Amino acid sequence: MIYLRLFFEFFKTGLFSIGGGLATLPFLYEMSDKTHWFSHADIADMIAISESTPGAIGINMSTYAGFKTAGYPGGVIATLALATPSLIIILIISGFLQKFKDSRHVQHALYGLRPASIAMITAAGLNVAKVALVNIDAFWASRNPGDLFIWKAVLLGILIFAGQKAFPKIHPIAFIALSAAAGILFRFAGV
Amino acid sequence: MKEILELYLAFFKIGAVNFGGGYAMLPLLERDLVETRGWTTTEDLTDYFAIGQCTPGLIALNVATFIGCRRKGIAGAVAATVGFVSAPIVIILLIATFLQGFADLPVVQNAFAGIRVCVCVLIIQAVLRLWNKSVVDKTTLVLYLAVFLMTALSGVLPLAVPAAVLVIISGILGVLIGGLRDGKAGNTTANGKEAEK
Repeated sequence: MIYLRLFFEFFKTGLFSIGGGLATLPFLYEMSDKTHWFSHADIADMIAISESTPGAIGINMSTYAGFKTAGYPGGVIATLALATPSLIIILIISGFLQKFKDSRHVQHALYGLRPASIAMITAAGLNVAKVALVNIDAFWASRNPGDLFIWKAVLLGILIFAGQKAFPKIHPIAFIALSAAAGILFRFAGV
Repeated sequence: MKEILELYLAFFKIGAVNFGGGYAMLPLLERDLVETRGWTTTEDLTDYFAIGQCTPGLIALNVATFIGCRRKGIAGAVAATVGFVSAPIVIILLIATFLQGFADLPVVQNAFAGIRVCVCVLIIQAVLRLWNKSVVDKTTLVLYLAVFLMTALSGVLPLAVPAAVLVIISGILGVLIGGLRDGKAGNTTANGKEAEK
């Protein structure tokens, strides 16, 4: 029975959280208050874990909450439940898009959607950069513009950018692994 | 069956290294699915992200479903989606079972501070590659800047517009502006298109 409730609650979260993983957060807080399956502190922990593992926060939270509530099967069921609404809705849209792809209206809509899409990708990159390359707290503390940037991170960024340009054949995963190594070696988080 | 398994494995791999949210998977998709396998095109990916942004569910899942569905219908969509979440499920279950303070470990924090730098460079490069196909004239440039500013400044603006709403408005503007242009281009071409149908 608990499996069914888990499925239902996370299906609902998947259905109503539109956009990125953080869009699931309000639903997770609500679920925490209602079901007590996990606490607000658990959510905060999961945000930290999601930032340090692959996978969106919504996916990770559903696995974690499902596991805490009903063991390993619970973790799997809750995660699949979160993915089910996407699956159904996109299957419908994909069929529609395929059928009307040549329609002028669809082409026009895509003409407007594409710049919006990459604008949001740019903003997402900027959000990562704010955490990865800039230290606003240090800047406010010292008022020294030199403290605004985390210089070793900026240097690594330039090296990766140049490296990708020079060796386009190298897989992005290799650069991700190298950056992790550099982060550990040069204590990027300062701990 | 082989193609279904291929879809599962391709998305398993992307899911296993997809740090930093849905948009960060774009460079990986471009490399593995566009360049290496030729399963989709960069334009299609951009469209999937736009549509995935304004439909229910996480963007990453929506994009995985889209690509799987195009390749192999419903079975392909399921394979891609399940493949994408497989690695995160295993990782979180492992952490929940064995590593309570995982995110607080210094080595983890340092590694991810490094990975974030890489993710941000990968995203910038993806934007640069998509630019020519998306920002094709002054209208699309204005649209790009407007959506970028509204999204980037959403924390500062008095009225934060949800991303989904921005995408829907952009789509509607596209239809309106495109329709106006067709109207200006003269009735002959419009009639010609009608006659073709």
